[in-house]
Amino acid sequence: MPRIVARGLGKKYRIYRHPLARLVEWASGDRRVLHHAEWALRGVSFEVADGESVGIIGMNGAGKSTLLRLLTGTTQPSEGSFHVAGRVAALLELGLGMHPEFDGWRNAMLSLQLLGLDDRQVRDALPFVREFSELGSHMDQPVRTYSTGMQVRLAFSVATAVRPDVLIVDEALSVGDAYFQHKSTSRIRAFQEQGTTLLFVTHDPGAVKALCRRALLLDRGTLLRDGPADAVFDYYNAMIARKEEDAHIEQLESGGRTVTRSGSREAEITAVTLHGADGAERATFAVAEPAVLEVRFRPRVAMPSPTVGFVIRDRLGNDVFGTNTFHQGVAHQPCAAGGELVARFALGLSVGPGSYSVTVALHTEHAHVDASFDWWDRALLFEVVPGEVRGFTGVAALPVRASLERGGG
Amino acid sequence: MVAPLGTMLRNLWSYRSFVLGMASREFRARYLGSVLGSVWAFLHPLTLVFLYTVVFGHLMRSRIPGIDDALGYGVFLCAGIFTWTAFTEILQRSVTVFLENGNLLKKMSFPRAALPAIVLVSALVNFVIVFSILLALLLLLGRFPGWPILGLVPLLVVQQALALGIGTALGVVNVFFRDVAHLLTIGLQLWFWFTPIVYPISILGDRMQTLAHLNPMTDLVAGYQGILLHGAWPTWHAWLPQAILAVLALGFARALFRRLAGELADHL
Repeated sequence: MPRIVARGLGKKYRIYRHPLARLVEWASGDRRVLHHAEWALRGVSFEVADGESVGIIGMNGAGKSTLLRLLTGTTQPSEGSFHVAGRVAALLELGLGMHPEFDGWRNAMLSLQLLGLDDRQVRDALPFVREFSELGSHMDQPVRTYSTGMQVRLAFSVATAVRPDVLIVDEALSVGDAYFQHKSTSRIRAFQEQGTTLLFVTHDPGAVKALCRRALLLDRGTLLRDGPADAVFDYYNAMIARKEEDAHIEQLESGGRTVTRSGSREAEITAVTLHGADGAERATFAVAEPAVLEVRFRPRVAMPSPTVGFVIRDRLGNDVFGTNTFHQGVAHQPCAAGGELVARFALGLSVGPGSYSVTVALHTEHAHVDASFDWWDRALLFEVVPGEVRGFTGVAALPVRASLERGGG
Repeated sequence: MVAPLGTMLRNLWSYRSFVLGMASREFRARYLGSVLGSVWAFLHPLTLVFLYTVVFGHLMRSRIPGIDDALGYGVFLCAGIFTWTAFTEILQRSVTVFLENGNLLKKMSFPRAALPAIVLVSALVNFVIVFSILLALLLLLGRFPGWPILGLVPLLVVQQALALGIGTALGVVNVFFRDVAHLLTIGLQLWFWFTPIVYPISILGDRMQTLAHLNPMTDLVAGYQGILLHGAWPTWHAWLPQAILAVLALGFARALFRRLAGELADHL
């Protein structure tokens, strides 16, 4: 007996130009139609077995949150039907119903009541809330004195105090500091092991891979793919890369106009792209995956020895790795004006999961201080997600071999 | 999504801790951070009762026919105003309850009927406080009506049911057209003056009196006045037509909710 069944689910929003239009439509008994319909979701059908964990991914506006709202019953479908068996807990937003003037205990009690627990269950759950949130004596203080992190911890502890049959999570995991994120993920994992069916919505494919074996891909309201998380994830990648390609072009144009580029422009970088081992252009890579950075440029004047350099920076702007063709001992390629050159760097992306940027520069000799032809900040963004190399933290995926033996030797 | 009546009531019952918790929290929140705390809940109505009975009683004594003792007018006023306040409180709060809790409705799955239920409980608590002060005063002044005081209960039940029905129906519509809340405020002002609360019905001419009797609240309020002033049990005029109206109103509210529940969350 499947836990969740959805058949042809669709949700239509009626958009009225003016509230009066709605009134006129009502008054005419829906005979005059004065709205235009926007389908946030259409024709979505799938089944989830008991105890299965399914990720729901898609870009912003794909309809993920709408699907969740339908499944949790907070809104009604415009077409189709669905059935969910058992107790459903939804983490759609943390801290719902919390009142800043009341203390942690009272807020926890009310939120637990809101989940439908009776008095006895609420009483039994409170010690867990205090323990899991690690709030200690802060529980006696009004919630308005809490930091954001503390509020999040309280809210999450309340939401996961009692194991539900079906747990629906909407990106609520990606809050709090790293320590708490770990804790929350472990808690969800514990539920999974105890048989809870999990529906996890996010637009971070890495998180899906960590928790789910199956994924549904939504795009503009339709279910594009339903299958093993890896395959669906690859498809999603391809979609993003295609989108970012357009973004690249935009960046190039805007690069020309804004001050992300500098240099004498005696030579100009025309394209910066990242490719997978198969040569396909991509924007997402797994940890330690081989990649090729390609930099194309066109000199305006003849030059004997242009040097191409790059630096990869993390989300915070810290330098992760950078080098250039000079330091790598690449042979000079003199070229005449107007010709095109391509520099390629075959890299092993042994960095931790996250978002990175590539800054590219074109100059003479070994450093850009001599004569910088073109310097392009953040020419490219790419994402690294957990792959086969996992189980570490930090920006550097250092090769490691661990062992544990008796001492003395 | 909108369940049959039996299921709705059962779901509501399973959420009773939530309803009571929210009502209690609202009450506390009002006096949180104040030195006197919930003592204020008594001080306000106490002042009103004092004003109405003592001050107005003395001032108005000579001007209203049929009521000629010092405290009579005061009691008359209290009977009407306190019950009217309970009536409007439910109406005003129900009309905004869905809007106010929009976030909860959008993100959390719980019996929607819990929201009007919270309004009902809150209003009940406030009324009990106010009226117990009034009754204490009556006892003190030797004007306690005796057993007929129990006649208040069916009248109140009918009145609050009527308020809940109308209020909830308006509350649903208010989500889509926020004018409704404003219209209600104006409507209640007018309704107040069309009901003999501040004046006895006898000062109206014959034709006006007939019109006044068309107002369901007139006989209801007259019932309260009768109990507190004269110790008279209420007649069926005071509650039967109103009870029928209340049932109709509640039914209408439910039907309205069924029709619009799907779009409600989308509009919040």
